[in-house]
Amino acid sequence: MRLDQLAEKLDLKHICGSTDREYDGVYAGDLLSWVMSNASADNIWITIMSNLNVIAVASLTEVACVLLAEDVTLSDEALKAAEEKNITVFSSGKTAYELCVAIAKAEEE
Amino acid sequence: MISVDDTVKFHFDVDGENFSSAGEASIIMKKSLRQLGFPQNVIRRVTIAMYEGEINMVIHANGGQADVEISPDEIKIVLEDSGPGIADVDLAMQEGYSTAKDNIRALGFGAGMGLPNMKKYTDSMEIETEIGVGTKITMTVKT
Repeated sequence: MRLDQLAEKLDLKHICGSTDREYDGVYAGDLLSWVMSNASADNIWITIMSNLNVIAVASLTEVACVLLAEDVTLSDEALKAAEEKNITVFSSGKTAYELCVAIAKAEEE
Repeated sequence: MISVDDTVKFHFDVDGENFSSAGEASIIMKKSLRQLGFPQNVIRRVTIAMYEGEINMVIHANGGQADVEISPDEIKIVLEDSGPGIADVDLAMQEGYSTAKDNIRALGFGAGMGLPNMKKYTDSMEIETEIGVGTKITMTVKT
């Protein structure tokens, strides 16, 4: 599924970046080294971390997007870096668990 | 960009004061490797290993130097700092072991996965370290 299709189904808030990319799978986690070890390219990465380092990790791991759970907002410098590096970021009021469930349901529809 | 002997060299100063800009060298390397046409998997391995090293130098050693040598069949990354050194390398290599402080953990680091990730993503990794003198890590990734 493409990110924009999923975003519409889950009512995700689009923060920045292109949304026409296909994603493949989901990884949820907040410890950055753990994410770098285990997230795959093209995953949706669900996290509550929102500092500048998150953007660097998203870039290096080639995830399809960062999905900020629980209405976490990016810092100004992180937003600027995300725009510069063309990292796609969404946010949602749901928890990481609720997002995982909602994505799984959306994929079954 | 490719020189006569087919080796491209990069040098970076890793700023130990600026935690939020840590990773700049890795991001620059990512762009360069992409321009040179390396496959995504190779780029991912090199840049994640280098990023972990950069973060380690910022957390533990107040910065350092990163040198990257790119040849067609191998990418070599050398990270060198004048930090406190690693007291017990075997322990430091264990997943989950970390001496990072709480303020570092609050940023999402300090999971004790830095060195293990560097080893995981490279084909060879050598650590030379001396207490009170510094640490030098040499990693290679076969393309």
